[in-house]
Amino acid sequence: MALVDDIRSEPEFRLSEATPGDYFALLKPRVMSLVVFTAVVGVLAAPGSMNPFVAIIAIVAIAVGAGASGALNMWYDADIDAIMSRTSKRPVPLGRVLPGEALVFGLVLSVLSVMTLGVLVNWLAASLLAFTIFFYAVVYTMWLKRSTPQNIVIGGAAGAIPPVIGWAAATGTVSLESVIMFMIIFLWTPPHFWALALFKSGDYGRAGIPMMPNVKGELSTRRQIFAYTLVVAPVGVLPWALGYVSIGYGVAAALLGAGFLWHAWRVLAMSPDDKAMKPAKQMFFYSILYLFGIFAAYLLDILVWRAVALVGA
Amino acid sequence: MDSEDMVTMSVAQKRAQRSRSVAIGIALAVLVVMFYVATIIKFGPAILDRAF
Repeated sequence: MALVDDIRSEPEFRLSEATPGDYFALLKPRVMSLVVFTAVVGVLAAPGSMNPFVAIIAIVAIAVGAGASGALNMWYDADIDAIMSRTSKRPVPLGRVLPGEALVFGLVLSVLSVMTLGVLVNWLAASLLAFTIFFYAVVYTMWLKRSTPQNIVIGGAAGAIPPVIGWAAATGTVSLESVIMFMIIFLWTPPHFWALALFKSGDYGRAGIPMMPNVKGELSTRRQIFAYTLVVAPVGVLPWALGYVSIGYGVAAALLGAGFLWHAWRVLAMSPDDKAMKPAKQMFFYSILYLFGIFAAYLLDILVWRAVALVGA
Repeated sequence: MDSEDMVTMSVAQKRAQRSRSVAIGIALAVLVVMFYVATIIKFGPAILDRAF
């Protein structure tokens, strides 16, 4: 009997109709855009000059590495993604891409991105990227996500590393400035995701994911959102307080932090009977604006002062 | 091989396979150009400093 017949007789066998767009969706493009933006700030904020082409290679490698970890996440989480409304339209639960295809795609891109960053930029940045992929795919996705309500707190480290990788790509070091960028994203992650988890708790509950509202209750989650926001707002101002960016950034970070706190307060004060959870939804969208605003202000500050230094020279 | 041993692809499957092949081709070409240009940059002006 021909080999093809054997394969065809297997019930799972089918020819793929997946398009490049389906594979691109595996990379979690929206998450990737935030990774790219924060990594760009990491590269540009670093002292010294980096060849622009090498800088672009570094950013592309970081983006592809982040995308690869997204594909590995979608491979492993296909069962729970199919249950949740937010993720049910992803290519694997829809059947557009088979889990095995997503796994191979993620592994190939992981190796390619780390090797490219190592060979063409430097091995410290490549090691950090490899660690990030491992941390997101194995530590967060396979272990923490389904076992503890602290999943996104610890797992948030993976999303916070890109500016550190960018900085390491430009300088070959990890310094206090890049660690503070890491801290801003790391401390921002819990209020961002818990705001989402509050109004999507039914989804997470059905999928059996132990998010904070499902395990500790809504009141505890709202208190913790406020506590984390109380910490992240001053940490956002630290770059100015430590004197390596201007007062312009300091004012922007303080205003953005005040807005974040105001939203966190509204979530804390939300009535338990409020089923629409409008303050939580507003907090979630504001948190995206906050992170974008903080890093945009940081980037603008650096670019303005570099331009001023160039004109003065 | 008999024709019945072959897997017959539908139009949608053929179109998807072709678009995936094009995407892989473009990605490989980008990778080659990236490594080529980065190598030239890493050599710097020394790339011209050679005996003929």
